[in-house]
Amino acid sequence: MFSPVILITAILNGLLTGAVYALVALGLTLIYGVLHIINFAHGALLSAALFAAFFAFHLLGLDPYLAALLIAPIFFGFGYALQRLIIGPVSHGDDRNMLLVTLGLSVVIENVLLYAFRADTRTIDLPYAFQTIDLGFTFLPIPRLIGFCLVFAVALVLWAIMRRTDVGKAIRAVAKEKLGAQLAGIDVAHIYAITFGLGTACVAIAACLLIPTYYVNPTVGDAFVLIAFTIVVLGGMGSVPGALVGGLLIGVVESLSGLFLGESLGQIGIFLIFIAVLLVRPTGLFGARA
Amino acid sequence: MRGLLQIAVVVAVLAAVPLVVQSNTTLNFLVVTLLIALAGQGWNILGGYGGQYSFGHAAFFGTGAYVTAILQVRYGVNAWLAFGAGIVLGAAVGGVIGALTFRAGLRGSYFALVSLAFAEVLRIVASVAPITGAGVGTLVKLDLRVEALQFQSRAVFYWVILALVAVSLLVAQRLERTRFGTWLIAVRENEDAAKALGVNATQVKLGAMVISAAITAAAGCFYTQYFLFVDSGIAFGTRMSIEALLTPIIGGAGTVFGPLLGALVVQALGEGAKLVAGDAPGLSLIVYGCVLVLVIAFAPRGLIGLVETIYRRVARPTKREAAHD
Amino acid sequence: MPDRKSPFTRREFIASSALVGAASLAMPSILRAQGAGVKLGILHPVSGALSYSGTQGRLGATLAIEEINAAGGIKGLGKIDPLLGDALSTPEGGTAEVEKMNSAGVAAIVGGYASAVCLAVSQAASRYDLPYVVDVGVADSIVTRGLKNTFRFGPGFGVIAKTALENLAAINDAAGKPAKTVMIVHEDSLFGSGLAKLLNAQLPAHGFQILETIPHPTPTRDFNNVVLKIKAQNPDLVIPADYYNEYVLLARTMQQQKVKPKGIYSVLGGAASSYKFVKEFPEAAKYIMDCNHWFDPRNPKALALKKKVEDKGQFYTYEVYMNYSCVMLVADALARAGSADRAKLTAALESSTFSGHVMPYGPTKFVNGQNQGAAPVNTQVLDNDIKVVLPANFAQAKPVFPMPA
Repeated sequence: MFSPVILITAILNGLLTGAVYALVALGLTLIYGVLHIINFAHGALLSAALFAAFFAFHLLGLDPYLAALLIAPIFFGFGYALQRLIIGPVSHGDDRNMLLVTLGLSVVIENVLLYAFRADTRTIDLPYAFQTIDLGFTFLPIPRLIGFCLVFAVALVLWAIMRRTDVGKAIRAVAKEKLGAQLAGIDVAHIYAITFGLGTACVAIAACLLIPTYYVNPTVGDAFVLIAFTIVVLGGMGSVPGALVGGLLIGVVESLSGLFLGESLGQIGIFLIFIAVLLVRPTGLFGARA
Repeated sequence: MRGLLQIAVVVAVLAAVPLVVQSNTTLNFLVVTLLIALAGQGWNILGGYGGQYSFGHAAFFGTGAYVTAILQVRYGVNAWLAFGAGIVLGAAVGGVIGALTFRAGLRGSYFALVSLAFAEVLRIVASVAPITGAGVGTLVKLDLRVEALQFQSRAVFYWVILALVAVSLLVAQRLERTRFGTWLIAVRENEDAAKALGVNATQVKLGAMVISAAITAAAGCFYTQYFLFVDSGIAFGTRMSIEALLTPIIGGAGTVFGPLLGALVVQALGEGAKLVAGDAPGLSLIVYGCVLVLVIAFAPRGLIGLVETIYRRVARPTKREAAHD
Repeated sequence: MPDRKSPFTRREFIASSALVGAASLAMPSILRAQGAGVKLGILHPVSGALSYSGTQGRLGATLAIEEINAAGGIKGLGKIDPLLGDALSTPEGGTAEVEKMNSAGVAAIVGGYASAVCLAVSQAASRYDLPYVVDVGVADSIVTRGLKNTFRFGPGFGVIAKTALENLAAINDAAGKPAKTVMIVHEDSLFGSGLAKLLNAQLPAHGFQILETIPHPTPTRDFNNVVLKIKAQNPDLVIPADYYNEYVLLARTMQQQKVKPKGIYSVLGGAASSYKFVKEFPEAAKYIMDCNHWFDPRNPKALALKKKVEDKGQFYTYEVYMNYSCVMLVADALARAGSADRAKLTAALESSTFSGHVMPYGPTKFVNGQNQGAAPVNTQVLDNDIKVVLPANFAQAKPVFPMPA
């Protein structure tokens, strides 16, 4: 019913969108893989990071892609502090409590944003926001293309951190065997906080990639969280390559089901896949552990 | 029989409130609080006693709300019958979701996420299906007659929801006393051990899910009768899922009075935060969120747990007890 | 973008309810006697999903009250004492505030904004025969339920869709009927779906062929597919009915994909007649037409209010001038009733012929609670400004259609 040109364009769109989803999910899956909590504050942190990118552009005149170099470390620190000073001590090591604490934090963060910046939607206008590459049958927006490439760069860096550094080894040790890691002299609270910080930094970079073509208000992050959960489950909770592939896959599924079922009903495709994956193969595509 | 006596006393005290308090502001506040307590008690059966943390109880709340509204508006069914049908269909939805997920062996975070996804699917369907009024929602005709299950007086609404809450308290109390309840708690504590002892864990969880769904659906049915309007966001939005889970956890999950206490505290906290913070948008919710975190920090077993701890320390301040926490 | 249905967020989960015992005890201090005076409930969703619109509405209402009080208040009754309420973007929140305001003894309530909130508020207020003036809520069911206390100053859906169609046909005819094919892009809650339904029923009668109707949820993260479909079918006219955020994304994506139909004609378009959008995206906004709530551009009061709002660093959005007008309407009725008595005030509203508002509605006349003169107007983005192009008696410019390439 649709011409191949439309189908191909829709798939390309899905891949470009899916890459950003993947980056948001990457942060989530990292935190889940190590701390075993569903971080409900993820969306609120994304909103906060979008505001940071917005103000970096407006007040400092920083291009969002450059701003990422500044915002990512700041958010790493912020995430580290959140876990080390609040989530960890408050939850007494109980998974359910951690979940509730992140829920409480998301309320606080979103409303601090609302209180400070009010609810109106803000956008930034970049000179290259409307530039495209002409493929003959469609135009690929340059900012989204840059975003797509950077997501892979970030994933690569993250992978290198996990595989090649001592911290990465410690993180993997804690994820696998918390008690053993502790006995081996690893400071688990510190590793938890580092992981949370890394997850938060991923969100911060995702925000910098989004802001050129998207908008920001205090609740904007919520729209990405359910999608990110889906990707995390699809890719296997805790799996970095899983989040990447899952993100691209979900992007394409969303795009195609939107095309065939309409944008409203199309959203259902994502959740049906989500439910189907959970019912049939709850470890996801790349997950090892149930 | 101490449990029954406690319930009788609490319900009797609550029932007497409208005789003393005439303010409709307060009555409306209490009606909404009890509504949330009821939804929370539903969650408590499955989550508190059964240890299955659902993030999608809006699925049942919304089913109850929509069925009550649609049967009246589109099929001219009597409001009381529609109310009953809402509960039955809510329980049925619980049965279907439970059968699918528990058969697949989903637990913990997986169960939480899949329940959330089911509620989202229902929300999306409700926002496009013609029978629900799609995006427009369904408006029930204002008709203040007893036959239509609508009352001029807020006090009558209050007694209706209180009666429902009383029933839910009795269900929870019975649960603690029956073999089914013992199995359920055994599943919560250690599912594999319970299975080894011959408990059919899937069956038990499924049973709890159906009861749980029916109670939360009743809250949805009441919502429709009280506010006379339902749309997909109200019915199946994540807000109700989260409130249904938060109230019992704050009050004390797996206790008879936890959801009721939790609802009172959460609602009062919301209002209190508004009073303290005044009109600035967001400020009251900041206060609210902070207090939530503090409650978790200092009362990890819920407020009922906190009360018990304090009571024990005051009554028998032995070293061993004190060290226990 | 009237009447946004709230997709509930976690942020709102405290759900807002009424008042605790402590709060009712605290109430008398809020009501501190100021001698003579009239209490007026100003109710908007200032937190939750609709908080931007709610805040703007509150701004309009409070500006009107400041103005009235600065001029000495209402004749014979004294100053207006506003009770600001937060409906939290939910029906429960709205109901709880009505209860509070009622027990605080307000003479009337103004506001609501979202249809779902307006429905709940009108119903709760009707228990006390408390007059309620709807500021925006466009669902027609708000005024067709036979509630004696409810008045809507602005237009409802039916009128908006009818006006939009007639004006579209007029603009197209005047240009020599260049547009024959249409695509509708609408958000899928009450306001967008309702409009799309009416448009689908009536557009063919005006000689338009509808190629496709595309609903989408709020929020929608990406509009590339929607634009792809538009591009593939190449309609003469695109009719969007979306909230601000989605409208901006749609317009930007169309610009990015170089999709240029002969016209973009929105109905209650979220951004199409927003000063903010025009200021931030002048290129994407160029020549966009909209049929929406709009102030009377020839009314000096409307322009004075515009300046006042802009001096405060805010945008002059429809929530502001509609609420300003509603409060003025109630003040007029209060002065004529000569009392804050609810029955007398209701009667005064019923018989209102108020024309001191800033809308292009003419003298007020309520029939079954609906202001008969209320109607939207057509605007177009011309020269980086928003100009009224229809109806002719309010127009500042002629419509430019089709869009110059």
